[in-house]
Amino acid sequence: MSSKSIVSITDYSKDQILSILDSAATFEANPNQTLLNGKVAATLFFEPSTRTRLSFETAVNRLGGRVIGFSDASTSSSVKGETLNDTIKMVSNYADIIIMRHHLEGAARYASEVTSVPIINAGDGSNQHPSQTILDLYSIRKTQGRLDNIKIAMVGDLKYGRTVHSLLIALNHFSPQFYFIAPDELRMPEEYKIICDEKGIPYEEQTEFDTDIINEVDILYMTRVQKERFTDQMEYEKVKNVYTLRNKMLEQSKDNLRILHPLPRVNEIDMDVDANPKAYYFEQARNGLYARQAMICNALGLI
Amino acid sequence: MENNEKELQVKALKNGTVIDHIPSDILFKVVSLLQLDSVKNQITIGNNLTSKRMGKKGIIKISDRYYEEEEISRIALIAPDAKINIIRNFEVIEKKVLSLPDSFTGIVKCPNPKCITNNEPMKTKFEVIKKNPVVLRCPYCEREIQQEDIQLL
Repeated sequence: MSSKSIVSITDYSKDQILSILDSAATFEANPNQTLLNGKVAATLFFEPSTRTRLSFETAVNRLGGRVIGFSDASTSSSVKGETLNDTIKMVSNYADIIIMRHHLEGAARYASEVTSVPIINAGDGSNQHPSQTILDLYSIRKTQGRLDNIKIAMVGDLKYGRTVHSLLIALNHFSPQFYFIAPDELRMPEEYKIICDEKGIPYEEQTEFDTDIINEVDILYMTRVQKERFTDQMEYEKVKNVYTLRNKMLEQSKDNLRILHPLPRVNEIDMDVDANPKAYYFEQARNGLYARQAMICNALGLI
Repeated sequence: MENNEKELQVKALKNGTVIDHIPSDILFKVVSLLQLDSVKNQITIGNNLTSKRMGKKGIIKISDRYYEEEEISRIALIAPDAKINIIRNFEVIEKKVLSLPDSFTGIVKCPNPKCITNNEPMKTKFEVIKKNPVVLRCPYCEREIQQEDIQLL
């Protein structure tokens, strides 16, 4: 197998997604392996993201690889004005794979054009974050036993939330049924609804977050409604508690319902939900490790 | 016939390039796209001329100047219906229909300030999603750009 970069979830076909999820399952069964013995992975975090970086670095370490890199652009030469092109070319001399996060959109795509070393995009601004999507899919398949015909409600910031956009695109391979629940200001953008229309994927859209929908779905995908997205702070104050999930709202929900959240959460899931066995967000984060192990090995052509 | 009349206008140029059927409101955008302000050749610009098909139209005639396909096809980014006539010795020797390639580099700026192309010394690149009206897509930040939002570099 040849090595290849993963910049966007659309770089994977449906079959490749399924094969990555299968490998992730083997890593979950046996996370400590020697597949990356003798390999060096560079984690270049031009923008800090402790959670994602630790997950990727743990993935490399548990497979026997070594990690170089930086966790903040202020400790790299980009503060001296070095171009991304030069940083990537320099690091390519040392590493077998580059895992990068950058605040600029398209940075990972550009990096993949200037080096032959495979790039994994660990987030480029509000554009793409494919490993989050793979771990979301993995969590859905693991908890539901399937990916096909899932009823999923996406709640919160559906306008700017890149995780819901990528998840929507990936799930469209598997005949989902969507419910988009968001305040008017943060509705799912038209372009994603057009994608659903073109594929004949059914979706419903509403502003109220009520138990009718919670009781209907298999997956409740919660996202953070960020204060800075609102021009009118009064509007934010009004909306922030409307999209909060509380334990009592889950009383009539289906047994197989699981609650996902890309984390960090603020107040959109009340702490009283955490003890409910349907709360899955912390396990979901752990699945990120296996998903990333699978993606790294796939990018290196090892599986 | 209207066509004959138009050919008369065109034939008034001895040698050169005529760009016809430019929507009046973007005529001067085409002027700047071709950087005609720095061209020393004789240039005739007509605007708000009556046109059966378009209502009003603009026309540009450039004497003794012939354009490369790639150079002239840029016009299709902002005026996909414009027609190009190549004139030699008062005769229209070639009529070109503008056609954008499926992708191109440079010429246009990505309107997203957070796009890598606006922050790194690199060339922009676009995929042409639709040709008329034009819809472009930046392969880096993955944004789509509508014809009216196209900014030239």
